[in-house]
Amino acid sequence: MAERLELVLRPEFEETSLEDAQVAEVQRPLNALERVTNLDWVRRLAILVLLAGAWEAYGRYLGNPLMVPTFTEVLRALWDALFHGPLFERIYATLKVLLIGYAAGLLTAAAFTALAVSTRVGTDLLSTLTAMFNPLPAIALLPIALLWFGLGTPSLVFVIVHSVLWAVALNTHTGFLAVSDTMRMAGHNYGLHGLRFVVHILMPAALPAILAGAKIGWAFAWRTLIAAELVFGVSSRSGGLGWFIFENRNELQTANVFAGLTAVIVIGLLVESVIFRNIELRTVRRWGMQR
Amino acid sequence: MTVLATAKPAVPPRTRPAGAAPLLEVDRVTMQYKTREHLVTATSRVSFDVYRADRFVLLGPSGCGKSTLLKGVGGFLKPVEGGMRLNGRPIEAPGPDRMMVFQEFDQLMPWKTVLQNVAFPMKMSHAFPAREIEARAMAAIEKVGLARFRDVYPHMLSGGMKQRVAIARAMAMEPQMLLMDEPYASLDALTRRKMQEELLQLWDDIRFTVLFVTHSIEEAIIVGSRILVLSPHPGRVRAELNAHEFTHAEQGGTGFMALNRRIHNMLFAEHVEAAATGAAHG
Repeated sequence: MAERLELVLRPEFEETSLEDAQVAEVQRPLNALERVTNLDWVRRLAILVLLAGAWEAYGRYLGNPLMVPTFTEVLRALWDALFHGPLFERIYATLKVLLIGYAAGLLTAAAFTALAVSTRVGTDLLSTLTAMFNPLPAIALLPIALLWFGLGTPSLVFVIVHSVLWAVALNTHTGFLAVSDTMRMAGHNYGLHGLRFVVHILMPAALPAILAGAKIGWAFAWRTLIAAELVFGVSSRSGGLGWFIFENRNELQTANVFAGLTAVIVIGLLVESVIFRNIELRTVRRWGMQR
Repeated sequence: MTVLATAKPAVPPRTRPAGAAPLLEVDRVTMQYKTREHLVTATSRVSFDVYRADRFVLLGPSGCGKSTLLKGVGGFLKPVEGGMRLNGRPIEAPGPDRMMVFQEFDQLMPWKTVLQNVAFPMKMSHAFPAREIEARAMAAIEKVGLARFRDVYPHMLSGGMKQRVAIARAMAMEPQMLLMDEPYASLDALTRRKMQEELLQLWDDIRFTVLFVTHSIEEAIIVGSRILVLSPHPGRVRAELNAHEFTHAEQGGTGFMALNRRIHNMLFAEHVEAAATGAAHG
């Protein structure tokens, strides 16, 4: 058996003054390098520059603009397509359809979620429908949509609504369920119920989840729309971005194809890092509900 | 439910003084709640009266239904037997005349600043004219010493500060009764003591009525003017005691310690007996 440990008794002491205590560095400003590398956008920009450099180098090494045009060629093509070509028109056409579909999807999701929080049948309906339709790629519904609504904007809006609706409704509903009992009781304590309770308590409390749903919905909608445009090309006189990509591939304008893809990426990044990020900064992050 | 039919004669009003009318009457209340597998009886025929300016403490170990009782008074749960009346009127639903302060820090709306949080119930209940609300909210925030933090969001406050905001928010409504559900249980000992002192100081200033739930005998004696001791499984009234003489200053004194021991024996005597019989049978 181990030796029994004994207490080591030491004399007591009390500091008479804390003045002499050696404090090395209580607080110091960060130096310039530390501050710059703390900025998210600086680090991300550095990654983008590295990737562009690698691309340029590989494009030059390959020397085959039909397969992999260099980064600078793509930039030039993008510039030409924007200012001398149809790219702006294409982007506008795409964004218009996208916004209509996205807004319609959000509204439908709000209606479904309202039904789900207020009635048990609504909850069951929402979870069953979400389980059924969430895994179904929206693009798979395009043939049916074309059959029902014909070639044109309504079909596109239909598939976008489908891609937005389930992601947003599922997230919002999950967010509502996660609102703590304490918060709910506090709300009821003030005499809130029904719609006022949803608006003043549930929605702000579930905002992180709702925003996450809106972001996922946006990404789904964007992908679905580009894919749909690629599949059935021009709808009316003016096609969208997907059509721009499809058209240029057919004409073997590879640099333009890359320019179209770049536009898709840039718009996606802008919406994510400007619009959604600013909403988050002003709401959930400011409130400490999300890091 | 044949047991309920053979109701015992009324237990409670043996302590009811002549003249004063109780603010809250709890009359032979049985409360039950459902878990997934069981129907649990939280309290069984609990009766007590709360008078204005009482600091009435519900004290008992976990499982004595004290929180359930408080939620019943708050209107969040309905008793299966017996009745609760506030000012003679039966309690039907939650309402801003009984403001609740919870143990959890997340009772504050994280999307509202301190000032907005305190003003929120006043705005929602239309209890006060709109132009008075901000001044009232500010006055309540000053009372709990957080004036400097009026525009700060709750996530930047410490636990004790959050509880102060919750108390200010409840006080600003000037409720008939303040309901506090172990409000200091999640705080560290030093902050807890400070908060207890502040609550007593506030009570000295404005004389509100508070129904306070705790499982700490010491806290009950310090905070309470009257203590209802509940025994567990299900909660039944064990005793109703006076503690208005004791604050932090008396802590450790003979009277304080005697009361402490008396309550302690009430709550734990059964365990000792049970253990003894268990041992005898074992």
